[in-house]
Amino acid sequence: MAQESGTSRVKRGMAEMLKGGVIMDVVNVEQAKIAEDAGAVAVMALERVPADIRAQGGVARMSDPDMIAAIQAAVSIPVMAKARIGHFVEAQILQSLGVDYIDESEVLTPTDYTNHINKWDFTVPFVCGATNLGEALRRINEGAAMIRSKGEAGTGDVSNAMTHMRQIGGEIRRLTSMREDELYVAAKEMQAPYDLVKEVAANGKLPVVLFTAGGIATPADAALMMQMGADGVFIGSGIFKSGDPKRRASACVKATTFFNDPKVVGDASRGLGEAMVGINVADLPAPHRLSERGW
Amino acid sequence: MVAKNLRVGVLALQGDFREHIEALANCQVDAIEVRRVKELDSVDALIIPGGESTTIVSLAKTFEIFTPIKKRIAAGMPTYGSCAGMIMLADHIVAAKEGQETFGGLDITVRRNAFGRQVDSFETDISAPAISNAPIRAVFIRAPWVENVGKNVEVLASYEASDGISHAVAVRQDHLLATAFHPEITDDYSVHRYFLDKVCK
Repeated sequence: MAQESGTSRVKRGMAEMLKGGVIMDVVNVEQAKIAEDAGAVAVMALERVPADIRAQGGVARMSDPDMIAAIQAAVSIPVMAKARIGHFVEAQILQSLGVDYIDESEVLTPTDYTNHINKWDFTVPFVCGATNLGEALRRINEGAAMIRSKGEAGTGDVSNAMTHMRQIGGEIRRLTSMREDELYVAAKEMQAPYDLVKEVAANGKLPVVLFTAGGIATPADAALMMQMGADGVFIGSGIFKSGDPKRRASACVKATTFFNDPKVVGDASRGLGEAMVGINVADLPAPHRLSERGW
Repeated sequence: MVAKNLRVGVLALQGDFREHIEALANCQVDAIEVRRVKELDSVDALIIPGGESTTIVSLAKTFEIFTPIKKRIAAGMPTYGSCAGMIMLADHIVAAKEGQETFGGLDITVRRNAFGRQVDSFETDISAPAISNAPIRAVFIRAPWVENVGKNVEVLASYEASDGISHAVAVRQDHLLATAFHPEITDDYSVHRYFLDKVCK
């Protein structure tokens, strides 16, 4: 019987299996194994975590395929990798490497300041960042099979993640209370396709899985995002830029599952050593705010 | 018919447990989320959802529900596992993380990620006459397959993979049911009905 790959159901379904989990940024095989042992549902293979991209500056690009392949060989969980916004050749390469998900990410230096990748052209699924519902729906319209709220990567400051989750959640709730004839204007105002706006209004949720990213540094941050309605969390610099990555990784996994149980989250927070130092988002000059990348 | 007052739980440590709960609701069963031993103690049957088997094992051990589940399964609790859940029910696994443990109970050998990476994931119609007269829409996501089955294991469905070999993808042994695919993310509830009507009786 006919076998169909790369359908929306297969791509979105992959993200469904990651729900309730933590996806961790790793820069080498050793970190990937620590993440897997700690219970990560997937790893994001990249050469520099966002905090280092910030500190070192320069153009941030797709990682070396050798580095990605080494991580794929080392762990049994899914391996994701990042392509620059609009850089469809980096995405083609990542697909040919057999990565399980591509993150078209604002953390890397954008390639195209007008267009994102046409993600329908690919068999591999994509996750994209969003700061509001319109942006999320534009990405889904381009074929994204998973959305993550952006936050402000590499800061350890969870305030933007909070803003974006409140924004996306608030806009969804507002749509559900509208009359059908008001949805046309809502679609116009949020610059999103009407059909997707109508679907969100009817279902009260995005048609794809919604994770949170950007600035999550503690088990409490992870639980906060889950209580805000995230399906799971991405932790970038927060783990491997901390004093005791092994314990912190495992603590964030526990807090993501038992996000509604303050005792578990509290116990997980004990004795983790130093958290990443971090930067207050408010102190970042505008050109260094990654979450403003994406159109 | 679903047995009256049957209490079904879905292991809710990680994965698509909500989709299983919705599928059960469509079969007129109100399922509960199971994360704690006291929740496990309150159910008659359990579903282990899709997700990452390594994560599920790690959380189950940390929160000390691993052994209680293993014991309940060994004592005859009707249990259904999809994808990661199939791995968790298998007595033997290959291509797994080093030292990866399972609840076990099903006398099968399962190969993890057997169909390949996500780019090789697919959906198709499969035939499982014991479950449904109509073809079942089966979604395989980084799916395992069954490599060997013990003599008491009934193969309910098989699928020919790109290696040209037909592999078992749905199996049953007494009170245990497992599928390599994810009926919970389709609107075909025949596998859940089969579990409730035939396996849980």
